[in-house]
Amino acid sequence: MELRSKVPDGPLAEKWRKHRFDMKLVNPANKRKHRILVVGTGLAGAAAAASLAELGYDVEAFCYQDSPRRAHSIAAQGGINAAKNYQNDGDSIFRLFYDTIKGGDFRAREANVYRLAELSVNIIDQCAAQGVPFAREYGGLLANRSFGGAQVSRTFYARGQTGQQLLIGAYQALERQIGLGKVRMFSRHEMQDVIVVDGRARGIVVRDMVTGEVGSRLGDAVVLATGGYGNVFYLSTNAKGCNVTAIWRAYKRGAAFANPCYTQIHPTCIPVSGEYQSKLTLMSESLRNDGRIWVPSQAGDRRPPPEIPEGERDYYLERKYPSFGNLSPRDIASRAAKQVCDEGRGVGPGGLGVYLDFADAIARLGEDAIRERYGNLFEMYERITDENPYRVPMRIFPAVHYTMGGLWVDYDLMSTLPGLHVLGEANFSDHGANRLGASALMQGLADGYFVIPYTIGSYLAGTKLARVPEDHPEVRSVEAEVAERNRRLLSIRGKRTTTSFHRELGKLMWEHCGMARNERGLALALEKIPALREEFWKDLSVLGDGNALNQSLEHAGRVADFLELGELMCRDALERRESCGGHFREEFQTEEGEAQRDDDRFCHVASWEYRGPDAPPLRHVEPLVFENVHLQSRSYR
Amino acid sequence: MDITLVVWRQEHAKAKGRFVTYPARGISPDMSFLEMLDVVNEELSERGEEPIAFDHDCREGICGACGMMIAGRPHGPRKLTTTCQLHMRSFADGDTITIEPWRAAAFPVMRDLIVDRTALDRIIQAGGFISVATGSAPDGNAIPVPKEAAERSMDAAACIGCGACVAACPNASAMLFAGAKVSHLGLLPQGQAERHARALSIVERMDQEGFGSCTNHGECEAACPKGITLENIARMNRDYIAASFLKRPKTGGGEW
Repeated sequence: MELRSKVPDGPLAEKWRKHRFDMKLVNPANKRKHRILVVGTGLAGAAAAASLAELGYDVEAFCYQDSPRRAHSIAAQGGINAAKNYQNDGDSIFRLFYDTIKGGDFRAREANVYRLAELSVNIIDQCAAQGVPFAREYGGLLANRSFGGAQVSRTFYARGQTGQQLLIGAYQALERQIGLGKVRMFSRHEMQDVIVVDGRARGIVVRDMVTGEVGSRLGDAVVLATGGYGNVFYLSTNAKGCNVTAIWRAYKRGAAFANPCYTQIHPTCIPVSGEYQSKLTLMSESLRNDGRIWVPSQAGDRRPPPEIPEGERDYYLERKYPSFGNLSPRDIASRAAKQVCDEGRGVGPGGLGVYLDFADAIARLGEDAIRERYGNLFEMYERITDENPYRVPMRIFPAVHYTMGGLWVDYDLMSTLPGLHVLGEANFSDHGANRLGASALMQGLADGYFVIPYTIGSYLAGTKLARVPEDHPEVRSVEAEVAERNRRLLSIRGKRTTTSFHRELGKLMWEHCGMARNERGLALALEKIPALREEFWKDLSVLGDGNALNQSLEHAGRVADFLELGELMCRDALERRESCGGHFREEFQTEEGEAQRDDDRFCHVASWEYRGPDAPPLRHVEPLVFENVHLQSRSYR
Repeated sequence: MDITLVVWRQEHAKAKGRFVTYPARGISPDMSFLEMLDVVNEELSERGEEPIAFDHDCREGICGACGMMIAGRPHGPRKLTTTCQLHMRSFADGDTITIEPWRAAAFPVMRDLIVDRTALDRIIQAGGFISVATGSAPDGNAIPVPKEAAERSMDAAACIGCGACVAACPNASAMLFAGAKVSHLGLLPQGQAERHARALSIVERMDQEGFGSCTNHGECEAACPKGITLENIARMNRDYIAASFLKRPKTGGGEW
């Protein structure tokens, strides 16, 4: 397997412009003859499907939800970055590029990140024109705020619902094309495999989640925009349905999986309240602007927080990182919370929480000022926990939030499987080892609106594609494999529910491949996960039948894939013998306990090639070359 | 807490449905309503009975997937709260809670508590958009939007498309949903070009889909988990009436 990034020659700032001219075009009259299959309808997928249809391609779009509007992009709160420099505060495309590369701990491809920063400005224009109700100044112009520790104000937002509003914009553009007959929409359809003919992705196998029917959709190219795989941890801030199945099946058909171990753990989530917990809820990290984080100094101190005197509290972020304090970056704040909880100083049920205390801010600014800033967040917290954060400190704990890893793609967003393109969180390309706040929305929309419409045209224009008949042996064979797999899940008739396996896998992953990893733990997980997978295929119980709406079967299919992915993540984490961004290996830290990169040995993308069920996957390397930025270590002390 | 659930079970769209009673024992008041259903479903599965099917996804009140009639009210007793954000502490130990799917001709039941809401998508297809192809937008600051207009537009755009308004309405009308979309786009300068056409086509599609008419009950506003107000219906009515008067036959056509 060869990892050819196909980054165009020339100066960084000229690459995309030059490439756009060099790419081949499809004659307008011929576009409708090309069918493109777009899987997933979040920001990346909906934007791609709508834009490709506007160009004249024959598009089919697929989502597992009942409507394309429900994809999990909708839950993003904070905002979207763009290098507009409307605030005249020194922002530029290069600065956004630099911040993103540095935030990713120098583990992303320069050319991709630069293009992302370039396109960020077009995204805002497009979304504003669609009617996204961005926050405005009194003069009617777009408002900005600074976010995630950025030194410039470049984040555009729509209250705390930016993801929702951007998605509704893309969804409406998509629905318009559906209404015009340019996109055929398949909601409640789950992609279960890729069809590869003559070495190219030519179709997908989908299960109609209402009738249970397994069938194929064929086309000239496949676009996967199916999101991240954080639910491998069972508990995460992802929606319950988020899964790895689409990209996992693509991996098993020849698409390399890059940096699977890079996961982002967000420090400010509401802690787990009991065994029944089904998901975790994020609280905007803006709370850290005024809240002070602490735990009792003594392990096992169970007194209610007001009874713990000032001298017996440990404001550990302020103590360890005096210059950044409570605003330390996500990965650092998360790890510090884990550390104090490991020491037995955690608070709340199970000792898995730390206090985020607003008492000082309320004394200084008054309750009204705090209500004005965070009223809706405080209300959400109270709704979930039944505790009043104006009176008692909030309890927070880190939770899995985003996965930077994903299918490897070249500059054209094509995977190592020709014809299979991957957008948004599902690919690995732009965030390196750690994603900055307000960058996920930017990447999804850049890929969907402004990259894939160009690059897929070049692929189609430069490739001879014979029509694949519906009864092609490969089509029939992949369909049969998928049907057989569903039948197998239903016929185990064991004793354990899918949820019980999913929870157990999640605990293993959190324990050994979560906020901090080490050789021994990863090796242990690499023994336990295959054993759990074996038990899954022996003792699983899935009720009902395959020819109906069967949510148990859907969940089982997804967990079966998570049980394979988990192993690859641990393998990747084991092999990356350095700490970088969201990947912290305990053996590789500075004397102060900070992440220690090893640029000599690991300044590369690790991409895994599937070699069948009986052979271990093969690790390939794409070296990362930095010509425009200087590699440095991050310090927040 | 020990709760008794009376749940609508229906195997598929054409099957006859019925209420089935299930005990939910040892429920923590800190559980969300859906987590309580998860617990019941795990117990059902372990006993070899098929779990209760219900739509859900984000479980943080924003995707709009979840929604059921809980004790006769869409999303249950708590104001401005989706089913997934409702917690069991809103109920008392020993309560009996009836759970049903949304009931509306335009929302056929697919299984148990799951209904088909694609009619709402088709309303958006009819005109719930601003026609702006990718790449053709002017600079974001080229069109100033008065702050007040942006705020009101955002109030309407907060709709999550869950369908509670339809379920709450005695006429199963989708006026609040449609009015929210007409308002979201019609309040913005960018949405003016298609404002009248949008109101006409959205109302026409709503009728075709089998939603009822509005007779000013106001149940929709009371049930809406996102606080969408009746003002949006008034705004749609105004746009619709204006558009009906101003409507002209289509111009153009033919070669030129």
